Amino acid sequence: MQIESNQLLRFITAGSVDDGKSTLIGRLLYDSKSIFEDQLLSIELTSKRKGHKGVDLALFTDGLRDEREQGITIDVAYRYFTTPKRKFIIADTPGHIQYTRNMVTGASTANVAIILVDARHGVIEQTKRHAFIASLLQIPHLIVCVNKMDLVDYNEKSYTDIISQFEEFSSKFLIKDIRFIPISALLGDNVVNRSKNMTWYQGAPLLHILETMHISSDLNKVDGRFPVQTIIRPQKEGFIDYRGYAGRISSGVFRIGDEITIVPSGFSSKIKSIDIYKSTLQEAHAPMSITIRLEDDIDISRGDMIVRSNNLPVISQDIEIMLCWLHNIPAKPRAKYSIMHTTNNQKAMIKEIIYKIDINTLKSKHDDNAICMNDICKVKIRTTKPLTYDSYRKNRYTGSIILIDDTTNETVAAGMIL
Amino acid sequence: MSKYYLNYLEELESEAIYVLREVWAQFENPVILFSGGKDSIVVTHLAQKAFYPSKIPFPLLHVDTGHNFPETIKFRDNLVNRLDVELLVGSVQDSIDKGRVAEESGKNATRNTLQITTLLDVIEKNKVDCAVGGGRRDEEKSRAKERFFSHRDEFGQWDPKNQRPELWNIFNGNHFEGEHFRVFPISNWTEMDIWNYIKREKIEIPSLYFAHSRKVIWRSNSWIPYSEFLFLKEDEEVVLKKIRFRTLGDITITGGMESEADTLEKIVDEVATMRVTERGNRSDDKRSETAMEDRKRQGYF
Repeated sequence: MQIESNQLLRFITAGSVDDGKSTLIGRLLYDSKSIFEDQLLSIELTSKRKGHKGVDLALFTDGLRDEREQGITIDVAYRYFTTPKRKFIIADTPGHIQYTRNMVTGASTANVAIILVDARHGVIEQTKRHAFIASLLQIPHLIVCVNKMDLVDYNEKSYTDIISQFEEFSSKFLIKDIRFIPISALLGDNVVNRSKNMTWYQGAPLLHILETMHISSDLNKVDGRFPVQTIIRPQKEGFIDYRGYAGRISSGVFRIGDEITIVPSGFSSKIKSIDIYKSTLQEAHAPMSITIRLEDDIDISRGDMIVRSNNLPVISQDIEIMLCWLHNIPAKPRAKYSIMHTTNNQKAMIKEIIYKIDINTLKSKHDDNAICMNDICKVKIRTTKPLTYDSYRKNRYTGSIILIDDTTNETVAAGMIL
Repeated sequence: MSKYYLNYLEELESEAIYVLREVWAQFENPVILFSGGKDSIVVTHLAQKAFYPSKIPFPLLHVDTGHNFPETIKFRDNLVNRLDVELLVGSVQDSIDKGRVAEESGKNATRNTLQITTLLDVIEKNKVDCAVGGGRRDEEKSRAKERFFSHRDEFGQWDPKNQRPELWNIFNGNHFEGEHFRVFPISNWTEMDIWNYIKREKIEIPSLYFAHSRKVIWRSNSWIPYSEFLFLKEDEEVVLKKIRFRTLGDITITGGMESEADTLEKIVDEVATMRVTERGNRSDDKRSETAMEDRKRQGYF
C-alpha cells in the first residue's frame, strides 16, 4: 500500500429500517476482505442459531449485548476498512429511534453520506429527512444507493424514476455533489464489483467511487484559522524563553512571516516559527497539529484564535444558530448553558426561537416554542463574551458549537452558526 | 510544489495530538495508562510529540498484575527514564494482600478482571480525573461504540447506552468531583495503522513483538508462554518454538503465534496478510461473547 499518498475518507450510511444498510456495510467489509476469519466464524454461528440461510452479513455491525438481543442498533458505531487506495471510517448510525441525534453526530465529521433507498418503495419521507440532515450538516458529497435492484428485476426504469423523485425534492438543498448508483447489497451488484445484471448502468461501482472521489477540497484552505488549545512553555535548558501556541489548524494555510491577528483581543504580530516534533516547517495547513511561535510577546490563552490579518472572522455576542437538540430533557426557556466553540468555553442563553423545522414535512413552524429531543430549530443566542466565528457554511470547525447543561454536564445540543 | 492534504497516517497522528492536548487543557490530573503494549507505547510517543519541547506533562500509570513478562517491566523502566516522566504503579498483588480482591482459582485462573479494582483504587487515590488509554475501536465490538472522551461515573462504571454525543472535534470533558474520563486518542487507528506508524516513526517496542525462541505450551488454539504462574494440565507439554506476540497482556493469557518475522518490515507484511483478529489469541476475550463489554462496564481499560 502506498501510505504516502493515501487519504482518509469518512462516510456515514443512512437508511430506513430494512433498507439494507447493515448488509451494505457487511458487503463492503466482506468483499474488500476486511472481515477476519474469527469474526466470520462467529457470524456464521449466530446466523445458524437464528435460522438464517447462509451468512447474514448484517450481523457484523452488531455491537452491544442489548443490540444483539433486540436486533437493533442503539448508537453510532465506527467501522474501519482499508483498500490499496484509501483508508475508510464508516459511521454506522441507527435508522429508527433517535435517528436525528445519531445521524447528526455521525454526519458532523463525514466527507460523504450514503443514503439507501429501497428500489421497490422509492423516495419516502425518511429519505427526505436523511438528505435534509446531510445538507444541514454540509456533508460535501452525497451518494444515493438504490438498493435491492434484484427485487425489481434489475429494471432500469425503477432506478431512473427514483433519480427524478430525488432530484425533484433535493433541488433546494445545499449539496454540491450528488451521485446515484443502482446496487444489490445482498448479492453484491455494483458494491465492490461491477454488476453483470445491469449493463445499462455505465457508472462505477460504489467502492470505486469512494476510492477515487476528490476530497482534498473538502476542507477550507482559504481562511487561516488556528484556535489555541494550550501554551507550551518548557522552562528547561535550551528552551528558557520558548513560548509556543499549540493547536490544530481549522482551516487555511499559515506561513512563516504571515501577518496574524489574535481574536478576540485584536493584537497583531507575525509568525516567527511553525514547530513540530524536533523540527520546523515553512508552512502548515488544515488539519495539521502544530505549535506556532510569534515575533511579539502577547497575552494569548486557550480559547483565543490566531487568524490571518487580511481575513478576519465575525465577532459577535448575538448569534443565529441552527440548533439540533440531542437530549431527552427539553430546553429550558432562557436558561444559561455552557457553550463550547473551538477551544473557547463560555456561557450562552437561548433568547429566541425563530422557527422550528418539522422534520416530517421539512416546513418551518413559527408557533411552537418547545425544544425537545431530535428537534431542529433556528434560534438566537446571546453569549456572555464575544464569540469569534465563521458561518458553518464557510467553515465546519469555526462555525459549530455544542451546548452543555451545567447541572448534568451532558451535551444537550449541537449548533451550526448561520 | 507542496500538497495541501494529509495522508491518512498524518491525519490520524494530527487527530491524536489534538485529543492529547485537549486532555491537558481540560483536566487537572490526567495519566496515560501504560501497559507496555504497542498501543500504549504509540500513545506515549504521540504525547511526546504533542508537548514537545516540553516533556510529557503527566505521569504514566501501570497496573502491575504481578504476572508480567520480565521484558515488559524492563522496557517500561527504560522508557520512563528516557522520557523523564513520573511513573505510578498500581499493584494487583497489593490489592490481593489487602483483601480488596480474591485470587481466582482453577486452571484457567487469571488476574485479568482483578485489575479493575486496582485500577479504580489508583485512580481514586491519586485523584486522577482522566486516564488516557490506547483502546482502538477496531479491536472489539463493544469498543466500536466507544467515544474519544468517555465518561465514567463515581464508581468508575461505563454506561454504553447513555453516552454523550461527540460532534465535529468538540470534546466535552466536564465532570463532577469523583468522576473521571477515559480518553482514547487512537480510537480511529487499526492494528495495521499502528504497525505502519511504528515503522514510519521508528518507535522502539519490546522484543516480545519480534519472532524469538521461547518455551510455550499449546492451549486454547495458541502458544501460551511457559512461566512460573502457569499450571500445566496433564496432557500439556512444554515445547520450544519460534514465536512472536501480536498483543501483550498478562503472561498467563497472552497467546503467541508461530512466526519468522523478526523485523518491523516483516511484521508489517505479516499483519497485512493476517486473517484472524489480534484479540483472537486473547483468552480474556474468549470467556463469553460479551466478555469485553461486561468488563468495560465495570471499569476495565
